[in-house]
Amino acid sequence: MMKDWEVVIGLEIHAQLATRSKIFSGAATAYGAPPNTQACLVDLAYPGVLPVLNAEAVRMAVKFGLAIGAPIAERSIFARKNYFYPDLPKGYQISQYEQPIVGRGSLEIVLDEGTATRIGITRAHLEEDAGKSLHEGLANATGIDLNRAGTPLLEIVSEPDMRSAKEAVAYMKKLHTLVRYLEICDGNMQEGSFRCDANVSVRPRGAEKFGTRAEIKNLNSFRFVEKAIQHEVARQIELIESGGTVVQETRLYDSDRDETRSMRSKEEANDYRYFPDPDLLPLAIDRAFIESVRASLPELPDQKAARFVSDYQLSRYDAGVLSASRETGAYFEAVVARVGAAHAKLAANWVMGELSSALNRDNLEIDAARVGPQSLGGLLDRIIDGTISGKLAKEVFEAMWSEGRDADAIIEAKGLRQITDAGAIATAIDAVIAANPKQLADYRAGKDKLFGFFVGQVMKATGGKANPAQLNDLLKAKLGGG
Amino acid sequence: MSWHARSVAELAGALERREISSVALTGHFLDRIGALNGALNALITVTADQALADAAVADRRRAAGERGPLLGIPLIHKDIFCTDGVRTSCGSRMLDNFVAPYDATVVARLKAAGAVMLGKANMDEFAMGSSNETSHYGPVRNPWDLDKVPGGSSGGSAAAVAARLAPLSTGTDTGGSIRQPAALCGVTGIKPTYGRVSRYGMIAFASSLDQAGVFARSAADAAAALGAIAGFDPRDSTSVDAPVPDYAATLGAPLTGLRLGLVKEFSEALEPRNGALIAAALDVFRALGAETTTVSLPSLPLSVPTYYVVAPAECSSNLSRFDGVRFGYRCADPRDLRDLYERSRGEGFGAEVKRRIMTGTYVLSAGYFDAYYLKAQQVRQLIAGEFRAAFQRVDLLIGPTTPTPAFGIGAKIDDPVTMYLNDIYTIGANLAGLPAISAPCGFVDGLPMGVQLIGPHFAEGRLLNAVHRYQLATDWHDRSAPGYA
Repeated sequence: MMKDWEVVIGLEIHAQLATRSKIFSGAATAYGAPPNTQACLVDLAYPGVLPVLNAEAVRMAVKFGLAIGAPIAERSIFARKNYFYPDLPKGYQISQYEQPIVGRGSLEIVLDEGTATRIGITRAHLEEDAGKSLHEGLANATGIDLNRAGTPLLEIVSEPDMRSAKEAVAYMKKLHTLVRYLEICDGNMQEGSFRCDANVSVRPRGAEKFGTRAEIKNLNSFRFVEKAIQHEVARQIELIESGGTVVQETRLYDSDRDETRSMRSKEEANDYRYFPDPDLLPLAIDRAFIESVRASLPELPDQKAARFVSDYQLSRYDAGVLSASRETGAYFEAVVARVGAAHAKLAANWVMGELSSALNRDNLEIDAARVGPQSLGGLLDRIIDGTISGKLAKEVFEAMWSEGRDADAIIEAKGLRQITDAGAIATAIDAVIAANPKQLADYRAGKDKLFGFFVGQVMKATGGKANPAQLNDLLKAKLGGG
Repeated sequence: MSWHARSVAELAGALERREISSVALTGHFLDRIGALNGALNALITVTADQALADAAVADRRRAAGERGPLLGIPLIHKDIFCTDGVRTSCGSRMLDNFVAPYDATVVARLKAAGAVMLGKANMDEFAMGSSNETSHYGPVRNPWDLDKVPGGSSGGSAAAVAARLAPLSTGTDTGGSIRQPAALCGVTGIKPTYGRVSRYGMIAFASSLDQAGVFARSAADAAAALGAIAGFDPRDSTSVDAPVPDYAATLGAPLTGLRLGLVKEFSEALEPRNGALIAAALDVFRALGAETTTVSLPSLPLSVPTYYVVAPAECSSNLSRFDGVRFGYRCADPRDLRDLYERSRGEGFGAEVKRRIMTGTYVLSAGYFDAYYLKAQQVRQLIAGEFRAAFQRVDLLIGPTTPTPAFGIGAKIDDPVTMYLNDIYTIGANLAGLPAISAPCGFVDGLPMGVQLIGPHFAEGRLLNAVHRYQLATDWHDRSAPGYA
């Protein structure tokens, strides 16, 4: 019989810090340079060279710590993690072990159904990235590219607080949003700037003890995280239910086959022989520095979302979507600035609807949208003042997107604004008159004010496009009994 | 007086008065190296052409009106300092083919001061040894007796100055590697405060202990060289941003009232003839106005075991970069990655280096870390604390540099623990990061012995001043090894 299993997930996320130079050397960190052109003697671990800590990386780590409400260590220690690998030039990685720079914090995630959960963050520490081994195009040889060696990383370790793959993805997305808000990481997952190791275990629901966990390494997309965890959970449950036991091991996710497979077991694991790096003094951070960083913090995603709810009466869901990136929030607020806060919901619908689908379709970032916030605001103005209907506005938006012109120009060019064909207007008038015999009789009996009623009805019938002057003349004549 | 018998100040004066050019002076020392190094094996590499070219530059700088205590003065660098375009072997097969692409800060600063490098000095492999016998290039011989070791690890640097192949040389001191060979070769050697001289470009043995320093025939000469290399370097995070005093200017101060503390733990069980030399040195200092007292540092006898945990731990990690991948020795036809690592390191490193890497790997391993590494760090703090307390009472500590004079080549090399005990008096200063100096103080069995002075942090000036006044009152430092006058 199928037991009721509870899934327990903790994530270790490596965020590449967006510093211009490396964490312990002056070499550039830019992605995609020819192999080994951005590796200086320090990165190559030449005899005699020494590491010097990049102050900007420290500032970024502090920023992150403050944003998750974590204490910043006034004294933290860099340690050496010793192991041999060709892409690790020193034979050790400089990391932080016992005394990390960022202590315990947390992050709130909101699932689709609107339930909020707080995920604990155990710690975050600074470390250096390794280089890369290259195999493509090399026969019987391995190439080493050390451009990435020494790139600063912030490793963010969560508590085992997540209970489903969906929660894990929501947490990862929230973190992704946060590091980009803070401008400490470009978040580019394809280039490996933001990657994840997932610790996954299962236990019978209600059990206190955690099950044995497997660590799935190097997941570099939200989709892979979700699929890898789902697969791993299924594998563990199947294993246990068929009488087996989960072993503690490191596994790799193969996205082509959608499965995880064993990389090394605990027995094969390295003894990293951590010890404090004698080349680097303990990192001392004073209160004044922490406060100066705190003063430089931008409005954070949760704060922005809360403000959108209170200032614009948006739903929590809409506010969450619109604050998911700084750029989306800025776009939305620029539209609102033009159309007025009273029309914020309209602006929200358009940003999350037409704009978002057009961006997705063309695979563009919001900064590169073919319709900027001012143009979109101009279009919404025409909806608000009744010039065009919402339905027509979608057509206009598509034209704006493809032609790059503003709303009024499109409306003008497409003749969406007005109907000037006297026959068409007359037909509409006839229909309105025929449908409203009582109002006609009242008007003819002297109720002049009803003229406005007839104008409105005809405008409605023509989608607001009837030429007002023509309509006026024709309507007067027809109501007069012509 | 022959050129090689003169002090650095005398040579600088002669250069300034145009009695000799730097090119001629450099040529004189190169000739001496050519004639004498074959027997001594003090130098691994002689950079004659470069030296003469650099000397010509120094002469032009002087002709242009530049002056300086080291402008045009020849010297020798320990082969642990990276020298741009010159092989930097660190005494190891591992780096036999390694031509450094940059200058160490020590090298760059001496170059900027106009000093002329004659070559690179032999040394124990990766500075691991106390006799210079672990060098891939063979042992250095002591000028006072060619069958004896010069001490180590900076044995080549010490022997070169003792044999007057150069008036100055650089060295490094992790557990006594400047002071012990200085004592055994009858020269003056100073290890500055940890952080006083940049470690950038100095191939690391034990990063928390390594410190660069100099060998000279006198404290006055050493002061000139130390002044050139001391000072903050932004490329070494452990270098200290503190002003560098004018060491030469403080040399002449009288020693009246200087409080000297004889280290009790150093004088107990001292071989009587060695003890007599230290007692005689104390008499000289008292005659110069110093007050002497005895000071106890009860944890100091734990220095050697503490050191032989900390230093191997750090070296096991520092030497991981020598993997046959990017530079240095690479085994022939590696079958796979593991084979590349195992044979490159197995064939590239000598026995003592391997012993220390294994010891260090062991003490850092899971399950042993607390019992060894952590405990050693605690003892280290204890020793540092006792030194701090001692310097509340005295200005300098004094004692022997070594337990015995130079021993025979081959006598201790197969007995590591006996070898390690050579550094029993010197290691404490490294563990506490203190400056210390060794100066010649007499002879046992016709071989030179050294007196060691240890100061509080950044008291290099006080150490040089004390030894300078001592050397004005004695002539041990002027004695020349037979045949090298």
